[in-house]
Amino acid sequence: MSAQTLFEKVWNRHVISEQTPATPAVLYIDLHLIHEVTSPQAFDVLRARGLGVRRPDRTLATLDHSTPTLAPGRDGRRPYASQAAREQVSVLEKNCKKHGITLHGWDSPQRGIVHVIGPELGATQPGMTIVCGDSHTSTHGAFGALAFGIGTTEVGHVLATQCLLQRRPKTLAIRIDGDLQPGVTAKDVILHVIAAIGVDGGTGHVIEYCGSTIDAMGMEERMTLCNMSIEAGARAGMIAPDETTFAWLRDRPLAPRGADWDRAVADWRTLRTDPGAVFDREVRFNAADIQPVITYGTHPGMAMPVTSIAPPPQNALEQRAADYMNCAPGQSMLGTPVDVVFVGSCTNSRLPDLRQAARILRGRKIAPGVRMLVVPGSESVRREAEKEGLHRVFQSAGAEWRLPGCSMCIAMNGDMAAPGELVLSTSNRNFEGRQGKGARTVLCSPITAAASAVTGVITDPRSALENPQHQKEIPA
Amino acid sequence: MKPVRIVQSPTVVLADDNIDTDRIIPARFLTTIDRLGLGRHCFADWRRDENGRDNPDFALNRPQAKDCSILVAGRNFGCGSSREHAPWALLDYGIQAVISSEIADIFRNNALKNGLLAIAVDSVAHQWLLDHPGADIRIDVERQAITAPGGRRWTFELDPFARHCLLNGVDQLGFLLNHRAAIQRYEARRAVFPQAGPDQQNREAADA
Repeated sequence: MSAQTLFEKVWNRHVISEQTPATPAVLYIDLHLIHEVTSPQAFDVLRARGLGVRRPDRTLATLDHSTPTLAPGRDGRRPYASQAAREQVSVLEKNCKKHGITLHGWDSPQRGIVHVIGPELGATQPGMTIVCGDSHTSTHGAFGALAFGIGTTEVGHVLATQCLLQRRPKTLAIRIDGDLQPGVTAKDVILHVIAAIGVDGGTGHVIEYCGSTIDAMGMEERMTLCNMSIEAGARAGMIAPDETTFAWLRDRPLAPRGADWDRAVADWRTLRTDPGAVFDREVRFNAADIQPVITYGTHPGMAMPVTSIAPPPQNALEQRAADYMNCAPGQSMLGTPVDVVFVGSCTNSRLPDLRQAARILRGRKIAPGVRMLVVPGSESVRREAEKEGLHRVFQSAGAEWRLPGCSMCIAMNGDMAAPGELVLSTSNRNFEGRQGKGARTVLCSPITAAASAVTGVITDPRSALENPQHQKEIPA
Repeated sequence: MKPVRIVQSPTVVLADDNIDTDRIIPARFLTTIDRLGLGRHCFADWRRDENGRDNPDFALNRPQAKDCSILVAGRNFGCGSSREHAPWALLDYGIQAVISSEIADIFRNNALKNGLLAIAVDSVAHQWLLDHPGADIRIDVERQAITAPGGRRWTFELDPFARHCLLNGVDQLGFLLNHRAAIQRYEARRAVFPQAGPDQQNREAADA
């Protein structure tokens, strides 16, 4: 057999019917993740046609998008943003009950953002095909799965048949080599990549990230990287599974056990791109060139080193973005006042992300007038963080420690910024109005977010890391 | 799905590149369990000012755009989230076709499955269309061709299966359901795979 890429190996395993010029491939889906926002209309289709869910055992549900991150009030009622949001959740609860689907709902100690809990539970495994009605499904590619976002019609297709109709995408290798500099995180790496290849640089492609920089990353960093593949237009990002992957997955609740585990790992070791396999495109980066990155415009490709000056607008679109962001042209964004800081989202809400932010905030206060929300990705992350006392670090600093959910990343649960407010956000999209109508988003790493919360202005995170005073613990 | 063979209308132009799905329909309108009636939220924050009044400068609000059902947009239309609410909102608003030089993958898939034509044309055609808002054009799905005033004619690529489904109003779920036997055979073959979905614990419990 000719040399194959990781993508080709996973794709080929799941093809039930090959694509022809006239018809797409029928691709089997191993794991279908669902949530309250993009599933109700799909269940309606099943109901209207008298169809059931083919594999409830391969379907996993959670509540995350429209759920409040504030605790229930005295009356025990959760503070939903609207009656519609409350109903959306109740509809998913009913649909899961009716079809026998496991739902990590309000009572589950595992509830959380769908792309955080899939891996945590060990439901996400190498070599799988994974889909969800959510574009950040690309996150699961960090484990060597082929994982991508789908629309609600396709959610219905998978519920009914456990399959999708798909044309085989092209492949793009992104190779990054070398050591990252201090203060540079996986978030900075992916923003750097998107700025270089563009927000449509990956359209029609599945990305494989490889190189020594990736090999050295932990799973959470790899998830951050794959998560934002969609922001480059690629539906999926993948990383070949290795010892780091296996060690992370071992003993997770849904991971194989005993002899099954050994068999699984032996199989997973084969999921690497063969020497000599050809990608449709390849782009290389040096880790040493990557600085802490922030965005300056209204899409994730408008990103630059935090110390740089935003390029002057070249066309009407860039002018519109500059006007919307209302940042002085020709000047550094360092020192720009910050109104809100958000640490969370499927990009940066895992334990290492929270630890990074807490390391900067320990013994310090956020600047007066700054509102900071820290939203753990899941109940598990919340528990672990509280065990380490991170919640106290955040609360002592003046930040709010919330319940898990998508929160201000998508701003549909009531957590949002006011018009004109500048948000330093560890999430994935800085689109106009994404975090509230008229709100201005600057994407960054958890370190940059925390360092800026302390100073109240956009800050080079390296200044916080280099200054020994910032690392010293100040007694509360 | 109703068959879609011809769409003919004057165009309305939104020339910005990278019009994302948050701009097509902001997330706060996604707390719905329905797919109908989303047209009123289409381009909500672009179409209306902070007081909820129509913004007269927005192309879709101009009187001449009233009966336009073809939207010509800048490059990379529909980037961002996978929300199918975006094509639902456009269709409900009255848009039947979107033409750009590049359409984001998930949006295109979602659009075509709902009978919203999402068409990428070459840069020459794209530029002409951007430069001529209001041009009365005709999109022929069967011939994969756009005709415009002055005898202009451009062809476009369309996945043959999507084309077949559009022309015949084919429902793709029905097509997939016809593969039931093959799916069953595949599942039987794959049962020995060491992978497990969320059923692992249940299976172990059943085996015990």
